[in-house]
Amino acid sequence: MAYAFSEKLETKFQWLLTRYPQSDAVLLPLLHDVQDEAGYLTPDAVDYVAERLSISPARVREVASFYTMFKLNKKGKFVLQVCHNLSCYLAGADDIVKALEDKLGIKAGQTTEDEMFTIERAECLASCSTAPCMQVNVWDYHESLTVEQTLKIVDNLKEGKLAMPSYEDRIAAGGDA
Amino acid sequence: MTQKMTQTHPLENRVVLAGFEENESWTLKVFEEKLGGYVAAKKAVKMSNDEIIATVKESGLRGLGGAGFPAGVKWSFIPKNPTKPVYLVVNADEGEPGTFKDRQIMEHLPHRLIEGMIIAAAAVNAKSAYIYIRGELRLAKLRLEQAVEEAYKAGYLGKDIFGSGRDLDITVHPGAGAYICGEETGLIESLEGDRGQPRLKPPFPAISGVFGGPTVVNNVETLSHVPGIINNGPKWFIELGAGTERTSGTKLLCVSGDVQKPGFYEIPVGMKLSTLLNDICGGPLPGRSFKACYPGGSSAPLLRADEFDVPLDFDSLAKAGTMMGSGAVIVMDDRRSIPEMAMRTARFYAHESCGQCVPCREGTNWLASMLKRLCKGQGAVSDIDKLLDACDNMKGRTICVLADACAMPVESMLKKFRPEFEAIAKPDDQVEAQVPKVSGQMAALMESVRARQMTK
Repeated sequence: MAYAFSEKLETKFQWLLTRYPQSDAVLLPLLHDVQDEAGYLTPDAVDYVAERLSISPARVREVASFYTMFKLNKKGKFVLQVCHNLSCYLAGADDIVKALEDKLGIKAGQTTEDEMFTIERAECLASCSTAPCMQVNVWDYHESLTVEQTLKIVDNLKEGKLAMPSYEDRIAAGGDA
Repeated sequence: MTQKMTQTHPLENRVVLAGFEENESWTLKVFEEKLGGYVAAKKAVKMSNDEIIATVKESGLRGLGGAGFPAGVKWSFIPKNPTKPVYLVVNADEGEPGTFKDRQIMEHLPHRLIEGMIIAAAAVNAKSAYIYIRGELRLAKLRLEQAVEEAYKAGYLGKDIFGSGRDLDITVHPGAGAYICGEETGLIESLEGDRGQPRLKPPFPAISGVFGGPTVVNNVETLSHVPGIINNGPKWFIELGAGTERTSGTKLLCVSGDVQKPGFYEIPVGMKLSTLLNDICGGPLPGRSFKACYPGGSSAPLLRADEFDVPLDFDSLAKAGTMMGSGAVIVMDDRRSIPEMAMRTARFYAHESCGQCVPCREGTNWLASMLKRLCKGQGAVSDIDKLLDACDNMKGRTICVLADACAMPVESMLKKFRPEFEAIAKPDDQVEAQVPKVSGQMAALMESVRARQMTK
């Protein structure tokens, strides 16, 4: 299906263009929103963005492939990224990854057959004193994790519940995420 | 769960983080009514550019993102009569492993950063500013966007701010997950909508930076110090630290790993590392003892526990053979394997190398795979010297310092903890030669070369 901006994104796109002296500078913020709308950067979405910015699709793909937050391929509905960098490793991140792998029957880097979950190892997520840390779908942070909590998060997601109260709710309830 | 950290240790001195514990500290109302917000900005927009720069120069404020370059001097490099618009860019792409300080400022005190930006922009005559924030930091981005909106509504941003005749626009720009975009010119490339591959210097950003204009790139913490300096003067700032203009101010330290109380602490520059770890962070975990730490993020060479008596300032740490870096102290106790830490450090840089320069692209990957082999117990004793040789060939040979940032800590671990590496290595004659795995076209090519050699 051909991709096009939603009305809301079209408005944001026009606003973004006013913020930079060159139109191609909007590429990164724009791709974040396109990815949110399309699920991942589909070939159609890449072509569409290129056309709207008068740049080549190759440029869009070149840029998107450089950054870990952009997905050029379909992944699970929930992408579970566990930080495995120094501080999280010291706090037991490997146990978290192992527990997820055992529970979901896949290895890090793989997606479950029902396309629900993808497990990934991530680099430092700036949660080092509250390690280990896992992010769900790029921005939903879960910190100071134990294996039990991690498995509970997966259960909640499986049952169609939120991993935990929503990010916005958690901010509203006490200004903390 | 960002840490609350509402209790301040008596040895701490919250300047950048002053007001952190206030309810809704991120709103304009609280920032102005309780925290003396925007007083310095109102004062600065009426000062001349030279006055602002001279004040900041005198204070000795240094770049707190890692490089430690004097901020006032950096601003003074911007041409006085530029032919293109000047830009101010905030480096909020906090990605150095172990670091989470800028996140605290942006989540809890975004207006302090904006106030610092207004002053810095006035100093260099910038009318446009961008905050390049790490894409993953969603709460920080949200809070910054709200704060920018509030500031526009109050007339602190936009046209003719505070009736001074100066204009300033601020845009929050999300990155998308690339450590290398924390490097000044990589960040500029990324801000222009490209891959974040660092540029060759010169020209330096002060002459030709983002969109071809003269550009100042400053870290979040650096800019958040500026309002205090304008309000209280350079002497006040120097006295916050150890008392000389080389050691002025306070510094946010991020402590993680094997200590009783990991967290972020704002301390006077020049406090001893041992004071921070033992008195403020409560020392090692019960029944454990410290082994080593990275004093300034994963790029900083390791300090052994017997070297913890060093003052935390740029010059003292440099003299001790390491660096202040981003102020991220990652502590390891006696349980930890140094080769394992070395492997994880190298693996990180291998993942984050942008791939432009051969010594970095190949070097980081070779370090990571050789260290992995050692950690698996399949490495040879001679690998240790090969690793040291590889480190030596990575340093100072690339466009940016990512290769150095990988080689320096790994080299320090190999040198300071060599017996640990030797203990897990096998004698050379017991190790199978590594045969590179090749597949696809490369394998076909090698096969054809081999076949041709056979017929000769």
